[in-house]
Amino acid sequence: MTTEDLSFVIVGHVDHGKSTFIGRLLHDTNSLNTDRLEELKAACFALGRELEFSFITDHLQEEREQNVTIDTTQIKFKTDKRNYTIIDAPGHKEFLKNMLTGASQAEAAVLLVDAHEGIQEQTKRHATLLHLLGVRQMMVLLNKMDLIEFRQERFDQLKTELLQFLKTIGIMPAHVIPLVAKDGDNCVLRSERMNWYTGATFLDALDQFTCKNDTAHKPLRYPIQDVYKIADKRILVGRVESGTICQGQEIVFLPSQKHTRVASIEVFGKTNKKEAAPGESIGITLADPLFIERGEIACAIDAPPPIAKKIEAHAFWFSPHAFEKKDRIRLKLATQDVQCQVEKVDRIDSSTLNTIEKDATLLHTAEIGKFILVPEKPLVLEPFDQIEELGRFVLEKDGEPCAGGIVVSTHGTL
Amino acid sequence: MDHLDTLENKSIYIIREAYKKFPNMGLLWSIGKDSTTLLWLCRKAFFGKLPFPVIHIDTTFKFPEMYTFRDHYAKEFDLNLIVTKNQEALDRGINYATHDAITCCDELKTKALKQLIVQKKFKAILVGIRRDEHGIRAKERVFSPRDEEFTWDYKNQPTELWDQYKSPINPNAHVRVHPLLHWTELDIWEYIRREQIPINELYFAKNGKRYRSLGCMPITKPIDSTAADIDAIIQELKTTKKAERAGRSQDKESAYAMQKLRSLGYM
Repeated sequence: MTTEDLSFVIVGHVDHGKSTFIGRLLHDTNSLNTDRLEELKAACFALGRELEFSFITDHLQEEREQNVTIDTTQIKFKTDKRNYTIIDAPGHKEFLKNMLTGASQAEAAVLLVDAHEGIQEQTKRHATLLHLLGVRQMMVLLNKMDLIEFRQERFDQLKTELLQFLKTIGIMPAHVIPLVAKDGDNCVLRSERMNWYTGATFLDALDQFTCKNDTAHKPLRYPIQDVYKIADKRILVGRVESGTICQGQEIVFLPSQKHTRVASIEVFGKTNKKEAAPGESIGITLADPLFIERGEIACAIDAPPPIAKKIEAHAFWFSPHAFEKKDRIRLKLATQDVQCQVEKVDRIDSSTLNTIEKDATLLHTAEIGKFILVPEKPLVLEPFDQIEELGRFVLEKDGEPCAGGIVVSTHGTL
Repeated sequence: MDHLDTLENKSIYIIREAYKKFPNMGLLWSIGKDSTTLLWLCRKAFFGKLPFPVIHIDTTFKFPEMYTFRDHYAKEFDLNLIVTKNQEALDRGINYATHDAITCCDELKTKALKQLIVQKKFKAILVGIRRDEHGIRAKERVFSPRDEEFTWDYKNQPTELWDQYKSPINPNAHVRVHPLLHWTELDIWEYIRREQIPINELYFAKNGKRYRSLGCMPITKPIDSTAADIDAIIQELKTTKKAERAGRSQDKESAYAMQKLRSLGYM
């Protein structure tokens, strides 16, 4: 029985064949039901076309008629090893924010590149954004090998070019695989048209990705979501983000710095729960009658996170409205929600990673900002490479999400 | 944590986020397997007693077994149950004998919910839809905003990163919250088996037929099946090549029926 779960996102430039690839994969792994296939054929026929695998994920009328993915989709399939969630992401620049929605849910990424067209603007931008959002596992598929007559030297040349670029943004792909998505070469079955390629097929490479690292060995971080009064108990509910929490354990709440012990762990229907691991949505009661609200984080007393005066962070600005430096913004991280001022922002081109302007007054749509943020209230966070769940955030303005990013470092602990 | 634990914990997190942001919230209970599972998860999230009402939209065309089941468990789970219907449309004679399925769904379900939201000033509605049910539902967000006309602006959905959901919205709008989006039909049944969640008898085969998905009687057809218990249903789902909603007529009136229904506010 398969018990492992892994979700991966498929990214790449528009028209490089992402949705077609997903359709082919589902077809070749026998994951499509006959009704779905019939519906697909009928929809294609109505538009006067052959069977298009992209219609499996491109389900909106507009997507099918214009042959472009507008919004992200998730679809499941299984191998002997795992349950997979495939996240399809749009490749068109206009729908970048939908691509981000998909990518933020992924543990691994597949970058698809048209072997004929080569590296394009969104190829680079997507790779950069995945890295920015913290996706560290990746493989590359060089699709449409039939358009370059399955030539090895062209493949090698492209591969070198790609690896060079990916290296500059800190990505080392596990595999680079030559592919023809529409015919299925090297997707599930080994291609007979590219005998020079001896590496893994896509499906083999996929099973080699590793699942999300268990964060149980890291220090405890338990952000409080809400406080419920149930009968005579005050139950602090939340999700363990890292470490483990045990009955009797000494904890400190940050940023309030209040110390206490865990009196009990509360899960409905389980009367004798003694400890909880990362990912568990639980409740706790405290040994002392402290006043604790949403946003406080229960932490291990021997390894508390910093409460920063200033934060160095990288964020991708996806709002259609430019950011003005004088604007106050809300930073949402775990269950915290704090107003911030921007001390400094450098504008970075999200496709080339070149600095456009240092200490800018405006940050435009689809640019990366290197921010120095000053929170107006104490904020508990840590660098993304230490504890991911406390190192990634969303910026909001007037109630609208505008940017997403990660904490690089913190300065001037309070 | 195993697969079902992971799904359960994620759903409970979403339910608690929704209630924190929108205390004036309701759970849409169709009496089917998905919304009953969602009800079960809500009971877990709030330690047995739901702090918000449970809504049943009564088209008056449901199976008798559904009404019996509803009344029994509303009492057993001590639910604050709101039963609502679009009386004005029923008085006008909207019914499946004289009107098409899309009109009936829109009038008797969507509009009934619309009237209730206005009346009760709900800011969020929990709905038990899943991505794997339909290609259009696969495009949904966990927190999906609707304006006062219920329009689903599917071409401009909010960006949703990690577990950060969009903050409160304009005064006349509401949010559809989808805590089961990441579950599959098989997950639901495996969870029902593990948790021993009470489930309507219509799902179990009698005389070679069972219902795989429940809706209004005139437009819901049973499938051929001998699966008379949960183990048999799970076994059946592992091998079937048929779609879950194959017995639901409203999805199939035209190629993009579900997209049209949903953009008008259908669940």
